[in-house]
Amino acid sequence: MNKIQNNRAWFLVLPVFILVAFSAIIPLMTVVNYSVQDIFDQNNAYFVGVEWYRDVLQDPRLQDSLLRQFMYSGSVLAIEIPLGIAVALMMPTRGAMASLSLILLAIPLLIPWNVVGTIWQIFARADIGLLGYAINGMGIEYNYATNATDAWLTVVLMDVWHWTSLIALLCYSGLRAIPDAYYQAAKIDRASDWAIFKYIQLPKLKGVLIIGVLLRFMDSFMIYTEPFVLTGGGPGNSTTFLSQTLTKMAIGQFDIGPAAAFSMIYFLIVLLVSWLFFTTISQLDKNKT
Amino acid sequence: MSWMAWTLPTAVFFIVIASILVGMTVWEIRSPCIDRKGFLPISTTRGDRLFIGLLSSAFFHLYIVGFTTISIWLALLLSIAWLISVMRWG
Amino acid sequence: MSRKKNIGITAYSIFVLLPVYWLINMSFKSNEEILGTFSLWPQQFTFANYQVIFTDPSWYNGYFNSITYVVLNSIITLLVALPAAYAFSRYKFIGDKHLFFWLLTNRMAPPAVFLLPFFQLYSSIGLFDTHIAVALAHCLFSVPLAVWILEGFMSSVPREIDETAYIDGYSFPRFFIRIFLPLISSGIGVTVFFSFMFSWVELLLARTLTSVNAKPIAAIMTRTIGADGIDWGVLSAAGVLTIIPGILVIYFVRNHVAKGFALGRV
Repeated sequence: MNKIQNNRAWFLVLPVFILVAFSAIIPLMTVVNYSVQDIFDQNNAYFVGVEWYRDVLQDPRLQDSLLRQFMYSGSVLAIEIPLGIAVALMMPTRGAMASLSLILLAIPLLIPWNVVGTIWQIFARADIGLLGYAINGMGIEYNYATNATDAWLTVVLMDVWHWTSLIALLCYSGLRAIPDAYYQAAKIDRASDWAIFKYIQLPKLKGVLIIGVLLRFMDSFMIYTEPFVLTGGGPGNSTTFLSQTLTKMAIGQFDIGPAAAFSMIYFLIVLLVSWLFFTTISQLDKNKT
Repeated sequence: MSWMAWTLPTAVFFIVIASILVGMTVWEIRSPCIDRKGFLPISTTRGDRLFIGLLSSAFFHLYIVGFTTISIWLALLLSIAWLISVMRWG
Repeated sequence: MSRKKNIGITAYSIFVLLPVYWLINMSFKSNEEILGTFSLWPQQFTFANYQVIFTDPSWYNGYFNSITYVVLNSIITLLVALPAAYAFSRYKFIGDKHLFFWLLTNRMAPPAVFLLPFFQLYSSIGLFDTHIAVALAHCLFSVPLAVWILEGFMSSVPREIDETAYIDGYSFPRFFIRIFLPLISSGIGVTVFFSFMFSWVELLLARTLTSVNAKPIAAIMTRTIGADGIDWGVLSAAGVLTIIPGILVIYFVRNHVAKGFALGRV
């Protein structure tokens, strides 16, 4: 669609701009200010330059949690994207069953994050939880509170349970947008299911998948509440991710300066990734038209 | 405002950023720019190039501060040179 | 093929429902039973856990607090996002692309980054521990997404409709409310779904910005960890009650959501 050049449209955007500027720009400036000072209280703050940035970048704890974060985001994406597509392909297309499965799938998305943590905390416990009880019953030693591998697997499984539905719903609606004529043509050509998937469905899903990957990457990158409730970041530091490290610094130890410097680095990484995704999306849009 | 803990260097930093943005807006009104393709792999507008330049400079600074002992002022000079060349030829 | 599909989707549904069922199961058991015997359903069915929540104001107020700021958040989000999305979908203006991108980066920013300054900001303007503070803080994340979704819906409405309405003598506000909004009702449904979804499930900011008067239910739930361990029964009951509003919202917007995603950004 051709858009009209009209700078008065700014008036329509102004409320959003003011609202978001108020709650984004002011805090962001504050973070920058904090990150260059050693702050004891309101009246005792000393300028330290880029000292905190150097500390934070060289701190092995933070490097570890950054590495863990990328591994975590990578593994949940690697599971959730294919699984979500598969679930979307299996969903019934019409009738009461379609509504029912839609509602069922959406349930995990609307459960408060700490309750998600609580659900899995109970579900995976060896003494009172079905999952833990069943796994131990099969003769496999499993305890997410003491074994780092178990904790890691539980947190990933929880994320898969929580968020695969989002990918599935996105893909489901993407699939609904494919006209029936395509499938009929494929039938006439006696195309295999795999060929239908590869040449008709997957290309149509490209747009939603990019959105899905973006949302999932970002949300898993800022995950805090669920592992915090489930494992408290432990055992040791095995499930401590970036947000939790940051929150511990800022609120637990009140190291405002380093926490702010860390926030800035965190924010820059997020900015870079969202820019890459955004550019990809708009390049795709451009190629389409 | 005291809770925001302003310091002179950060104030200067934000004033510079803000004036660049204002300057870009005025420039855009005076002579609207069109997409073009330079040495960057995608075609960009002026604003895109500014963003690319600033973001890459930020990461460059982080690298210099975190992993080398080179003075930050040198990093700043190099970044400005890089920003100008991205704006001009990017 | 169709049978295989049915088996697959049933298996996945069971995977989704099983942990939730387990929570419901726990909520009808007494603590002695939870810790004493392992059973797939409650042996001595009890409502005692729910009674604790419904009779203690500090518990049920948590629900009212959460619902209050979630509703406030949805209203503010819609009010500011609708005109903005219209501007993005219909007009070109200086800095539009960059503004749009900047909005989206806020959706992507980790709440943990904004924790400290938010606390300072809302304390300094006297909004700490109010519902509106939490609602405004959540707007930072819900508004960008709302603008993005609504812009997609609005772009699929042909602009001839706008022009015809203006020729027929409609003013902009009247056209917008009487003609345009009904056309994108699915989009509004999806937007409400997402702002609800974000605001209802978020805990970190909501917990940091409140202490007593506006404390969300999610934060109150941590209270069940007492001197003699965790009160599993009440914790489960509180969890079950937080799931219900979500299910209601999905039920009302279910048709919009499927259609919505498809029309929206795809």
